[in-house]
Amino acid sequence: MRKLLLTLFLLLPLAAGAAPFEFDSPEDEARFRRLGNELRCLVCQGQSIADSNSELAMDLKAQVHRMIIEGRSDREIVDFMVARYGDFVLFKPPLRASTWLLWFGPFVLLLVGAGVVLALSRRRTPASAELTEAERARLDEILQQSEEPRE
Amino acid sequence: MKRALILIPLLLFVALVVFLAIGLTLRPTEVPSPLIGKPAPAFTVPQLHQQDRTISDSDLVGRVSVVNVWASWCVACRDEHPYIMALSQEGVAPVIGLNYKDDRDQALAWLERFGNSYAVSAYDPEGRVGLDWGVYGVPETFVLDKRGVIRHKHIGPVTASVLRQEILPLIARLNEEQP
Repeated sequence: MRKLLLTLFLLLPLAAGAAPFEFDSPEDEARFRRLGNELRCLVCQGQSIADSNSELAMDLKAQVHRMIIEGRSDREIVDFMVARYGDFVLFKPPLRASTWLLWFGPFVLLLVGAGVVLALSRRRTPASAELTEAERARLDEILQQSEEPRE
Repeated sequence: MKRALILIPLLLFVALVVFLAIGLTLRPTEVPSPLIGKPAPAFTVPQLHQQDRTISDSDLVGRVSVVNVWASWCVACRDEHPYIMALSQEGVAPVIGLNYKDDRDQALAWLERFGNSYAVSAYDPEGRVGLDWGVYGVPETFVLDKRGVIRHKHIGPVTASVLRQEILPLIARLNEEQP
């Protein structure tokens, strides 16, 4: 009995996230979930409004729900939120001239880094790893000299 | 030339330190408002004190005004209250309250207890007006110009230095502007 109660108690947090929002179709509900994951909770800024239980997240979810019921498109709902809260309300920063560095910067840095590594490794590798004739003769001489004292 | 190359890591380090130092002054949790430079979002809601009368965005046109978002449950609002009161008493711009997600009786009791700095308060129990204004935390303070365009948003409680350095100079400048 105690185990059952404990298990139920531990499962309580799941109830907190349960959405009281109803939809006319499973497509609408799927849209609601997707948008909920794409929009940021501005209070708990690391969480989406789907994950967050803050009051603002609840208000924003209610707004998304309202707009879906009204028949607005995903685009309209996103634009609505961005118009009020700015780009930060989106988890994915939009691709704009001002965010070029954010989106492409890491790849550019990777290419530059790879280029530097390549250039450096080329310079350090000796011109030839093979011995010339003169060098081979010299090597033989040295080897012979080192062998003689043993005899 | 090779000697100069040795300096590169040092230069990169200095650059990194500069960026980190700048980073220390940033406040990433403050979300900049996209409404700056735009007319106040439209709204029409009942007033807090006189329920049968309404207040709307058109009431914000004609002179420089300050809109302060507050609630009786908001502790920081209590902290900033003396400064909002001081702002109101300066008489340079009316301070209009937006009572956000609050209970009417509790809000009225709060004003009764601490004093009412507001020329009028709009009653927004569901936060719909707040949502249109991009409110995400309380208190927030907006400064509007004579045309009813939002020119500044301060997030968090207004302090003496915010009043002195941010808000009052801006109101003075906006009062100089031709409508």
